[in-house]
Amino acid sequence: MSQTLTIGKALNLGLRKAMEDDPKVMLMGEDIGKLGGVFRITDGLQKDFGEDRVVDTPLAEAGILGTAVGLAMRGYRPVCEIQFDGFVFPAYNQIVTQVAKIHARSKGKLPMPIVIRIPFGGGIGAVEHHSESPEAYFAHTAGLKVVAVSNPVDAYFGIQQAIAHPDPIVFLEPKRRYWEKAQVDPDATPEPLFRSRVIRGGDDVTVLAYGPMVKTALQAAEAAAEEGRALEVIDLRTVSPLDLDPVYESVRRTGRCVVVHEAPVTLGLGAEIAARITENCFHSLEAPVLRVGGYDTPYPPSKLEEEYLPDLDRVLDAVDRSLGF
Amino acid sequence: MTALRQAAEVVDPVPGAGAPHLPQQPDLIQLLTPEGERVEHPDYSLDISDDELRGLYRDLALVRRWDVEATALQRQGELGIWASLLGQEAAQVGAGRALRADDMAFPTYREHGVAWTRGVDPLQVMGLFRGVDNGGWDPAALGFNLYTIVIGAQCLHATGYAMGVQRDGAESAVLAFLGDGATSQGEVNEAMIFAASFAAPVVFFCQNNQYAISVPIERQARVPLFKRAAGFGFPGVRVDGNDVLAVLAVTRAALQAAREGQGPTFIEAFTYRMGAHTTSDDPTRYRLASELEEWKLRDPIARLKAHLSRSGIADAAFFDSVDAEGDELAARIRQGTVEMPDPEPTEMFDHVFAEQTPELAAQRAEFVEYHASFEGEK
Ligand SMILES: Cc1ncc(C[n+]2csc(CCOP(=O)(O)OP(=O)(O)O)c2C)c(N)n1
Ligand SMILES: [Mg+2]
Repeated sequence: MSQTLTIGKALNLGLRKAMEDDPKVMLMGEDIGKLGGVFRITDGLQKDFGEDRVVDTPLAEAGILGTAVGLAMRGYRPVCEIQFDGFVFPAYNQIVTQVAKIHARSKGKLPMPIVIRIPFGGGIGAVEHHSESPEAYFAHTAGLKVVAVSNPVDAYFGIQQAIAHPDPIVFLEPKRRYWEKAQVDPDATPEPLFRSRVIRGGDDVTVLAYGPMVKTALQAAEAAAEEGRALEVIDLRTVSPLDLDPVYESVRRTGRCVVVHEAPVTLGLGAEIAARITENCFHSLEAPVLRVGGYDTPYPPSKLEEEYLPDLDRVLDAVDRSLGF
Repeated sequence: MTALRQAAEVVDPVPGAGAPHLPQQPDLIQLLTPEGERVEHPDYSLDISDDELRGLYRDLALVRRWDVEATALQRQGELGIWASLLGQEAAQVGAGRALRADDMAFPTYREHGVAWTRGVDPLQVMGLFRGVDNGGWDPAALGFNLYTIVIGAQCLHATGYAMGVQRDGAESAVLAFLGDGATSQGEVNEAMIFAASFAAPVVFFCQNNQYAISVPIERQARVPLFKRAAGFGFPGVRVDGNDVLAVLAVTRAALQAAREGQGPTFIEAFTYRMGAHTTSDDPTRYRLASELEEWKLRDPIARLKAHLSRSGIADAAFFDSVDAEGDELAARIRQGTVEMPDPEPTEMFDHVFAEQTPELAAQRAEFVEYHASFEGEK
C-alpha cells in the first residue's frame, strides 16, 4: 500500500526491509543504536534487531570500514553509516586500498558486499566538515560503485538494492533533502539501481543532476517553462557506473546540456560527463556542455553557503549561456 | 556475542612507574571534595593565593554564563549550533590556567573554557558557531590553535608542534585536548606513539565526559582511559575533572615535566557532559535523567563556591560582583553576536592559498560579475 514518506523515513523502512529479508545484513556506525543516528535514519532498528545487528561502533571510521571488510569476508553484509561526509576520510584508506580492490585482488573469490551510507552535501547551516560532496573521490576509485539518490522512492528501493548488490557501493544520501516527501508504493517494481531517468521532458536544453541538485534542476525547469523554455531534466541516480545512454538520446535532441552538482566543478563528475557527451554526441551539439557546481574553495562557513551552492538562478544562467551559443 | 558482552577483566599495569612527577598509585586525584572541602594529596600540593582562587571562581562562573547565553542564542536562531561545555568548566579552566603564555594548546570544538583562559574573545568563538568563519583568532599570538572538528586530528598536530618545540630547544609545553570518544581514533593512537617515541613535550588532556554523543565510554574503552598511557610508554593519571584545583595541579605538573624533557603524560579528567552533545542533540534518547541529577551534586562551580565561602576567602559581595560581571559579559556576547555582520561573499576565495592561482582568481572575478548582474533586480 502506497504511503507518504520522507527520504529519511524511506531509508529507515528500506533498511528494515533489507534486514528482515537477509539475516546477514548488519548495520554499523556511530550513534546508530539508541540514538537512531544523528539523522534518525536507523531509528528503532537496534531495538527490533538487537545489538549484534545494529552496532554502535567505537568512534573510529577506519575501524568501521576495516572491520566491515572482515565481516564481509565472513559472509555478512555490512551497511556502514558515516555520520557526515567530512568524516569519511579516516576510513578512506580502507575504502580505497581494501574495499575497492579486494574483489580484483582475490580474482573474484572475495566479494565485498559493503554499503557505505554517507549523508552528503550542504545547505543545512552546519559547521566545517558537515557539507562536503566527496563523490568524485569515490567515483575515481576503480572497484567502487557510487549511487546518489534524490527522492523517497529511490531511497526506499535503492538502499535495498544496494545492500543486495554483490559489490561495494558508496550510497550518498542528500542530507538537506531528508525531509522531502513523496508517495512510495512498496509493492511497485523498482527501477534498476544503476540507471539514470528522465524525470521531466523538454526539447530545449538537457539538465543533468543527482542527489540534492535534482530538486534544484526541477525548480529551474519550472521557472524556465514560464519563459517558454522546455528543459529536459535527467536524474542520473548513479554516479559510477554512469548510465549515459538516456543522456545521449536527450542531448542528440536538444543539442545542449548543463550538468549540475554541488561538488567543485574542477575535476568533478561534470567533467567526465561533458567529455563523454562530447565523444558521443559531437555532431549534435549546438553548445559546449556547461557545468554548474561548487567553486574551488573549501566549503565556506554557513553564512556563505547560499552563495556557494548552485541554485535555480545559477542553473538558469547556464541554460541562458547554453542557448546563447 | 555473549562472550563479547562479558567485559574483559580490567588489566592493571603500573602507570606512572618511573615518572617522578606522578604518584605510584594513581587514583582519582582530588584537592577539593564535591562538598567543597579542601583536601591534600601526597603528590600534588597546590600553592595558591586567595586572589588566584577567586580568579578561578570568576573564570568558572563567567565561562558558564557565556555558555548559557550561547545556548539561548542558538535557540533564538542566532547561532547554527552550539556545543555546550556545561559541567566541564573546571576541567577546562584548570587546564587552561596551568598553561604558561609560551605554551600552546590544541582544542577540540568544546574548549570554550580554555579559549577564555587564553584570551580569545568569546565573540570569535561565537562567530564560528554562527557560521561567519572558522574561528578567526590568531593561534600563534594566543597560544591557542583553531578549533578542530574532525575527531582526534589535533592530537597529531599537537605532537608535531611539540617536536618542533623540542628541536628549538625551547622550554615550553603543548597541551592537546581530546574527548573520551576520540581515544578510539587511529590518529589519536598514532599521536601517542609519536609522542612517546620522541619524548615530545606534549600532554594529552582527555576530558572523559562519559559520552561520545550517545555512545557511553564503555564502548570506547574497557580499561580506565588513563591506564592506556602505560601501553604507549608514558604516565597516565586520572584527575577529578570537576575539581578545578586538582586539574590545575595535575596539569601544571605534567606540563612542567614535559618542559623538563620527561616526555608526554596522559591526563584523564573525569567529568560529565551535563548538557546535550550539541544543541542538535536529544540526550533523553540515550541516558537517564537520574544520572544527571547525580552529577549535579558534583558540580564544579558549586564546590569551589562552597570552599571560598566557608573558608572566608570570598564573601557575598564578591559573588554578587561576579554575577554582575557575568550579566555584562552575557549582554556583550548577545549584542556582539546578533550584530555580527555576515562575511563578504568573496572572502571564500581569498585565503585558499598563500599564493592565489590564476584559475581561482578568474573564478572569483566571474563570481563577482555574476552577482553584479543581479544588482537592482532583487
Ligand atoms: C572523524 C569524526 N568522526 C565523527 C565525528 C562526529 N562527531 C562529532 S563529536 C563526536 C563525539 C565526540 O566524542 P568525544 O571525543 O567524547 O568528545 P565530546 O563531544 O564528548 O566532547 C562525533 C562522533 C567527527 N566530528 N569527526
Ligand atoms: Mg565525550
